[in-house]
Amino acid sequence: MYTAAGLAILITMVLAITRTLLGPTVYDRILAVNMFGTKTVLIIAVIAFMSGRTDLLDIALAYALINFIGIVAVLKFFEYGEFSRGGRGRP
Amino acid sequence: MMESVLDLLSWALIVIGGAFGIIGGVGIVRLPTFFTRIHAAGMAETMCVPPILLAMMLQSGWSLVTFKLAVILGFLFLTSPAASHALAKAALHGGVSPHDEDIGRS
Repeated sequence: MYTAAGLAILITMVLAITRTLLGPTVYDRILAVNMFGTKTVLIIAVIAFMSGRTDLLDIALAYALINFIGIVAVLKFFEYGEFSRGGRGRP
Repeated sequence: MMESVLDLLSWALIVIGGAFGIIGGVGIVRLPTFFTRIHAAGMAETMCVPPILLAMMLQSGWSLVTFKLAVILGFLFLTSPAASHALAKAALHGGVSPHDEDIGRS
């Protein structure tokens, strides 16, 4: 059961990597990397259940947090050109 | 009896999740413009992650593992739309055109 889930997730990761290599704009690459990160969280959870070491779920949770923060930080950098500015209208 | 029912439900949920994941992956490769690709990725994330995590929750029974899986699920459920929105906003401000006549150019 977990092998099937892992295979499906791996195929999705390969497709996401394809878009990362193809992507014409930088946003396509960020989108594909975001998808890859989400699938990484899933595959860490699946590996935890496959090997019976459920402590790995903590790593999956930490990876989900790091993935989201990283994506938002990279997007902010590409939108404003720096990290230290706020949204529209705020200095 | 109970275990086989739970196994069957887990299999069904894993098949649903894996199928939607692969569909999302195909969509992210084959769709023509950037905003359609955001649609494919967002749909895939909301339809692929919860079934697979729910299947594992069914397998683990009532324990701390179930709670951890629920926390991961809730976190991904909250942050995935936020990341998609931030991505679409950054792309729109960054000059990616959402109009149909620009298909093939972006």
